[in-house]
Amino acid sequence: MDKPVAIELKNISKYFFGKVIANKNIDMTLYKGEILALLGENGSGKTTLMNMISGIYSPDEGHILVNGEEVSIRSPRDAFRYKIGMIHQHFKLVEVFTAAQNIVLGTKEGGRYSLKAINARVADISAKYGFEIDPQKKIYDMSVSEKQTVEIIKVLYRGADILILDEPTAVLTPQETEKLFDILRKMKEDGKSIIIITHKLNEVLAISDRVSILRKGEYVGTVITAETNTKELTEMMVGKKVDLKIDRPKTEYDRPLLEIRDLTINSDDGSKAIDNISFYIRGGEILGVAGIAGCGQKELCEAIAGLRKIVSGQIIHKGESLIGLSAKQISEKGVSMSFIPEDRLGMGLAPSFSITDNMMLKNYGDSRGIFVDRNAARARASALIEKLEIVTPSTETPVRRLSGGNVQKVLVGREIESGPNVIVTAYPVRGLDINSSYVIYDILNEEKVKGTGILFIGEDLDVMLALCDKIMVICHGKVMGIVHAEKTDKEELGLMMTGSLDLTEEKKEKRLGIAKDSNLTEEEWIEGAQKEADNG
Amino acid sequence: MAESKVREPLFHVVKREGLPIWKTLLVYAAAIVGGLLLVSIFCAVCSEDIDNPLEMFSSMFDGAFGTERRIWIFVREGALLLGVSLALLPAFKMRFWNLGANGQIVISCLVCYSIMNWANTSETPIPNAIVVIMIILFGVGAGIVWAAIPAVFKAFFGTNETLFTLMMNYIAQGLVTVMITIWAPTGSGSLSPIKNYGLPNVINEHFLAILTISLITVFIFFYLAKSKHGYELAVVGESEKTAKYAGINVKLVTIRTLILSGAICGIVGLLITGGISHSVSSVSHNNMGFTAIMTSWLAGFNPLITIATSFLITFISLGMGQVRQDFGFYNDAIANVALGIVYFFIIACHFFINYKLVFRNSKHLEEKMGITTVGGEKGKKGGNG
Amino acid sequence: MIASLLIGAISLATVFLFGCVGEIITEKSGHLNLGIPGIMCVGTAGGCLGASVYMGALNGATPSYPILFLFSSLTTFTFSAAVGAIYAFLTVSLKCNQNITGLAITIFGTGLTQFMMDNVIDRSQLFAASSVLKQGLPFAENLGWFGNVFLSHGVLVYLAIAIAVAASLFLNKTKAGLNLRAIGENPAAADAVGINVTNYKFAAILTGSGIAGFGGYFYIIDYIGGSWENASTIEALGWMSIALVIFTLWRPALSIVGSILFAALYILAAKLPGFVSGITFTFTSVLKLFPYIITIIVLIITSIFGSKNVQPPQALGLPYFREER
Repeated sequence: MDKPVAIELKNISKYFFGKVIANKNIDMTLYKGEILALLGENGSGKTTLMNMISGIYSPDEGHILVNGEEVSIRSPRDAFRYKIGMIHQHFKLVEVFTAAQNIVLGTKEGGRYSLKAINARVADISAKYGFEIDPQKKIYDMSVSEKQTVEIIKVLYRGADILILDEPTAVLTPQETEKLFDILRKMKEDGKSIIIITHKLNEVLAISDRVSILRKGEYVGTVITAETNTKELTEMMVGKKVDLKIDRPKTEYDRPLLEIRDLTINSDDGSKAIDNISFYIRGGEILGVAGIAGCGQKELCEAIAGLRKIVSGQIIHKGESLIGLSAKQISEKGVSMSFIPEDRLGMGLAPSFSITDNMMLKNYGDSRGIFVDRNAARARASALIEKLEIVTPSTETPVRRLSGGNVQKVLVGREIESGPNVIVTAYPVRGLDINSSYVIYDILNEEKVKGTGILFIGEDLDVMLALCDKIMVICHGKVMGIVHAEKTDKEELGLMMTGSLDLTEEKKEKRLGIAKDSNLTEEEWIEGAQKEADNG
Repeated sequence: MAESKVREPLFHVVKREGLPIWKTLLVYAAAIVGGLLLVSIFCAVCSEDIDNPLEMFSSMFDGAFGTERRIWIFVREGALLLGVSLALLPAFKMRFWNLGANGQIVISCLVCYSIMNWANTSETPIPNAIVVIMIILFGVGAGIVWAAIPAVFKAFFGTNETLFTLMMNYIAQGLVTVMITIWAPTGSGSLSPIKNYGLPNVINEHFLAILTISLITVFIFFYLAKSKHGYELAVVGESEKTAKYAGINVKLVTIRTLILSGAICGIVGLLITGGISHSVSSVSHNNMGFTAIMTSWLAGFNPLITIATSFLITFISLGMGQVRQDFGFYNDAIANVALGIVYFFIIACHFFINYKLVFRNSKHLEEKMGITTVGGEKGKKGGNG
Repeated sequence: MIASLLIGAISLATVFLFGCVGEIITEKSGHLNLGIPGIMCVGTAGGCLGASVYMGALNGATPSYPILFLFSSLTTFTFSAAVGAIYAFLTVSLKCNQNITGLAITIFGTGLTQFMMDNVIDRSQLFAASSVLKQGLPFAENLGWFGNVFLSHGVLVYLAIAIAVAASLFLNKTKAGLNLRAIGENPAAADAVGINVTNYKFAAILTGSGIAGFGGYFYIIDYIGGSWENASTIEALGWMSIALVIFTLWRPALSIVGSILFAALYILAAKLPGFVSGITFTFTSVLKLFPYIITIIVLIITSIFGSKNVQPPQALGLPYFREER
């Protein structure tokens, strides 16, 4: 092939102290005017590699060639000089600034900045590729897809010819993804070269010209998209044949374990995070919750676990109200909550504590006397490490030194070990590789078969469609509908996530989210609501 | 050739964890020696009496260990500083910046002196036993109150504790000045010691303090490492969210921990006024509240290492006092300069413990970086891709 | 009476204003500098050294106002920025704990200042220097009470206000100010668009420290007229300046009003004995507690009623390491 080359990587290696190699002897080529997909599991070193092109990390060995010339990219500023721009998975935006301020940040244009000039240029770029954006809007008021738009415009504003997008679709609805792909195709026609990092095979096939695959930090190979298929790509990515089917064991549903009615919760800034929702979970079922990031998922989890005050509504567990109980009392009733935030360590674990110390986080008080019983906790930690194959030097290693998958195994494992009857789990497979994800799915299914009720808050619609029995879609804190996973598809879920489709409107008389065999009689519900209104 | 245009950085910085203990100690030792050498050069420049910067060191040793009495004072002062450091440990582990130990000590000193003074001037004779019980109760109580006030506001309103506790220092010191104007209206500004009352002498005037602090050290060690309270405050320090998740009452733990912190400062104040000086001034704390912040942090909030750092800093303080006398420095500000310089060196050396400079051209890079496996089978995570 | 209160308040407010604006600029870069009290002390030493050297060199000749002002300002800034550089090196380059480094700076700074004032600086020159620098604007006397209250101050008072206004314009209207604020909010975002985070942080910390140093120098050379108490007095004023940063919501322009208000309360307490008869020594020492109590009340009020929208820079206190994973 003698197409002009945009970027060539030769023999690139990057190490992180005391850890496995992040990148080892990688060779890769990006041609001008093509979309190259960089495929690999979570943890295969895709982001690390791209960070070296965009100047965040410096490679320990190897050479980078841009337009045929060897370059040293020591900072993001260097990268811009070579017209390389990266849109990071975790957006690098200043929340308190407006879109225009973020876009102009760091550019070298005079001492004072003229908003008018910026707006004109932003409008120019938007018209060219079909973006919709309000330059005066503050970032904290924006939806995820708007933030992504700002990031892309930011890069284009700096005149980038080579764009790198890190997992751009992870937070988008199917419809938003399609729109983004249209924009990427327009850019390609315009002569831009694009690398898109992803681990989703169907997207690779939909958008890219060629696919380069990484596995465990090493370069596996590059194939032309038109000449490959899902099966081949999976094998290259995982290194062996894998069955990508997630099980959904059939179970006998029990009576409702957790019933939620007319629940309203405020977010930290006082706005409504969850707006008058009703749903229930039966023993032996997995209820998925789908929604764009930040649509009240966190607040819902916290409210059920007793970490956040509710505004109104009822939370009934086995016929008894959970409202007003402390987090400890709720967990003693067998309601467990595990939430994996974006940084993976925020809630439920103490990062600098050892695995042992994290094991006793919820029951350190059970031992007699004034001392904690570390021996018992250590024994449980050892058992968990063995059962879930957690990779760690010892039980006394601080969890922040474990890799992401192992951290999540510690958290989810501890919660399940406490023998709950209701599991609320948010993003349990966030950032995990395929094998680790399946370990988590297996654990959840095992619990489901045992008769536990599970609320699964997820990101990946494909996974939810395969794993969950029913899926509840929320949009801006409102329920858009509760559907059987077998009877729906990604498009329908996507429309509900953005609020374009509202099933509750269509099926008003059916009273979605209210169990016919409720643990309480209708009178008791009304009485409870009355009592709560009196207290409030 | 394109090669010539490429300028690679000479080295870059990488994070590391788990440096072997002997190496850590070596880094510390180098930092302390380096700091003291710089101090000695500073002194040599400032004083005409010093011909050789190293003269300063013999003077320092003389100041700390020159006579039996000096050794006793060294151990006592080290113990008192250790006591204050131990008082701060639980608060710091909870990420509560208690910068108010000075005030908590002084207010205890003031209350103790008030009681001793009351007994001394009372018309009916009052037995010392009653005075001892009273100063223990009220002296320690005063320390508790002084620490608990900022803690309550922190717990309920999130009031900035750093500045609150600092202001409490100034108020306590100011109150001492107020009381001195009442007790010594002539305006001499200092009070005469009340030798008739106070804590009993055990062996000598120094030993009681040493003994008490030793017991507190054992207590704090077990409190932090083994007790439920210690576990709880460590969780709160990690993250309030996690603490609530674990069912911990964050407000209660905050206030309870500061009560402990204030109580130990109160005990130190009690030992100073009740056992050693039998008097009070606005600087009865000897700035140990600030010094202890450094010693406990330098020890990584570990009670046992705090013993070492406390005695090290005491050595420098007392040693510099001797240097000041021997070489004719006008006042004790020189000790603060010396301590500041040593602190800078020890703070800076943490960089070399937590980070590593990797040189571009170094060979055996993998080995140096402590790589464990190459694309290992167990699927440990590499990048964050 | 109100006029004399205002004159005193504006004068004392200058001490706080220098410290407060210096700390704001530093905090905008994401660095909580608890070394400011020590740096204010060192600024004092630097300024007094400059003033005494110049006055000494005159050998009895009439001092020149502009030369004295410029020379002592230069030494004030150099000394305090130099100590700021130690802080910057430790916290930016070596990524050390900001609180601890700041406290060490304060211990070192107070000690160094006490040492220099007692051993190095010819303090006898300071009174004369003070009377030069305290001169108000030449036409102030012709403007009645207005001139007296607002125009009779020494040049450093107007310098402080000018710096506060300039800092406000810089932060809100210029590109460099935008870049600096971005660093304090999210250094990774700033870094990703090619802003040199390290350089900006150094510049902000050095400038902020240099400005804060004037607070201490002003206190000695103008407010108390060239006499010297001890470094702890200035240290206490430094802590109050840091408290004012919280009170004035990290806004330099607002800190002009905030520091005058705070200084007025301070003076009111201090001047009370002048208005009431039969004051004892005890009573005056009780009044000396008031500034600290006021500071605490200010802290409490800000924490209870402070708006959730006005928060410190998000990355305040956190070290930035690009390769952090």
